[in-house]
Amino acid sequence: MNEFFNLKPGQINGETGIWEMVIGLEIHAQISSKSKLFSGASASFGAEANSNVSLVDAAMPGMLPVINEFCVEQAVKTGLALNAKINNVSIFDRKNYFYADLPQGYQISQFTKPIVGEGEIIIDLDDGLQTTIGIERLHLEQDAGKSLHDQHPSKSYIDLNRTGVALMEIVSKPDIRSPQEAGAYVKKIRSILRYVGACDGNMEEGSLRADCNVSVRKSGEKFGTRCEIKNLNSVRFIIQAIQSEAERQVEILEEGGKINQETRLFDTSTGETRSMRSKEDAHDYRYFPDPDLLPLEFSDSWVQKIREKLPELPDLLKKRLVTDFGITPYDASILVEEKDYVDFYEKAANGKDGKLTANWMITELFGALKKENILLSNSPISPENLGQLVALISDGTISGKIAKDVFAEMMISKKSPSDIVKEKGLEQVSDDTEILKLIDKVISENEDKVKDYLGGKDKLFGFFVGQVMKLSQGKANPGIVNKLLKEKLK
Amino acid sequence: MSNKETMVDIPTVNKIARLSRLNIPEDSKQNLTNDLNNILGFVAQLDEVNTSDVKPLASVTGHKLPLRSDKVTDGNIEDLVLKNAPESSSGFFVVPKVIE
Repeated sequence: MNEFFNLKPGQINGETGIWEMVIGLEIHAQISSKSKLFSGASASFGAEANSNVSLVDAAMPGMLPVINEFCVEQAVKTGLALNAKINNVSIFDRKNYFYADLPQGYQISQFTKPIVGEGEIIIDLDDGLQTTIGIERLHLEQDAGKSLHDQHPSKSYIDLNRTGVALMEIVSKPDIRSPQEAGAYVKKIRSILRYVGACDGNMEEGSLRADCNVSVRKSGEKFGTRCEIKNLNSVRFIIQAIQSEAERQVEILEEGGKINQETRLFDTSTGETRSMRSKEDAHDYRYFPDPDLLPLEFSDSWVQKIREKLPELPDLLKKRLVTDFGITPYDASILVEEKDYVDFYEKAANGKDGKLTANWMITELFGALKKENILLSNSPISPENLGQLVALISDGTISGKIAKDVFAEMMISKKSPSDIVKEKGLEQVSDDTEILKLIDKVISENEDKVKDYLGGKDKLFGFFVGQVMKLSQGKANPGIVNKLLKEKLK
Repeated sequence: MSNKETMVDIPTVNKIARLSRLNIPEDSKQNLTNDLNNILGFVAQLDEVNTSDVKPLASVTGHKLPLRSDKVTDGNIEDLVLKNAPESSSGFFVVPKVIE
């Protein structure tokens, strides 16, 4: 079993030795446009069936596609954020296949000349390490419609509202070596998309979906035959699906079998993948340039204008947080995952102890919000109040322990921490004479234990500290209690 | 590619027919194969022209791909969209069950 060996993530210990995974991801990101890629119908989610459909989307004869400028801009913006090559001339191709929810009989996509070429991103792993993943390409394409198979015993129901909605397909190089890296890669792409505003990254609503190409090999060997797992819509499922698919492949290979290159589906109830259809080779799609669309061309100066409007991106922001607030790179990587985390943090940490603020935000606030299932944007604790709480700890007004009680109260009442501390009289007692009074009381009530302690039972010291703290209802400054007790019990 | 070679054979015709969802009678397949080879042979004459210094030409008009701004200007025409559908129900197209 794996736990007996020092396996790295992404390694599988088989009968014949250690296998490694080779993973490439195709992410489909819905562009946050109001209208579709080639028609003026609305791209919004959840409308009445077939109400967001134009005659272009329904593929009526004679209808012509006209491209949405906003979508082109989002693709270029994303490409720049992925440190990728922008192609000033790109071509739209028809990818031909038959399916009931594809009225054109082809998807308009980009095959030979995509709008964005090679790039790379840095991903952050849980152990604080980073690794670089190559981007193969990014291209623009149309989404297909939606088929409902459960409405009728012998019929399928088709809604074309999604047909023609703009997608960006972001293809990674096969640089990913573990399910954890794949998860970190998707998170990073999602974060970049949200920063630049190209896609809302909402995986539940399907605005971000991933296809995972998985193969296994012995270290140093050539790539094995891959299988593609389609349409995964959460980071957790991506991690599970890759792990179970790689284990399946190792089992087949070790039994002397061969991997069939095929498309597989992940069954979320069993946690396993199953065959969907064998992969038609790329040639079967009979790609050819769409005669309805001229090449997409734009100038360097147009790209430059977009570059100048790019927001501060997660990697640079992370570096800045480390320098400006003195927090660890790992904490910074958590804070930059979402733009609103950073905004919250910068407000909270303004003029405060940056490290302590990061601790309280990541451990306490994120923990409490997760437990209550509340988004940070609806947090009952404002950034200003979190900052104030940190300040109260820093200046010794309250102890860290009392701060947790104050925090719990803030989650419920939304009051400011200083109001809560005042109302409940929770100020930390740091006054020597106050604390000495408590110490004297504890000593006089426990004379036998004092004797034992002075007789050499050093461990009893903790007992005295505990008693003094208890007597003060947790408000005594523990540092001062320690110091005074030591002096007193000499 | 040269027009003297056979470029398409009956298995290729079968494959294209399947991809195009066309039902081709057995007795037409040989004629179709010959026709396709004649067409490809005719087009293959273009290979004789030296185009090594010629840039790909997408349009003879000199027009560029027109762009439109991101506005909702269309839709809400379910009746029109569904008008030609052999079957529809509560706003959906209804088709024979498609199961992969």
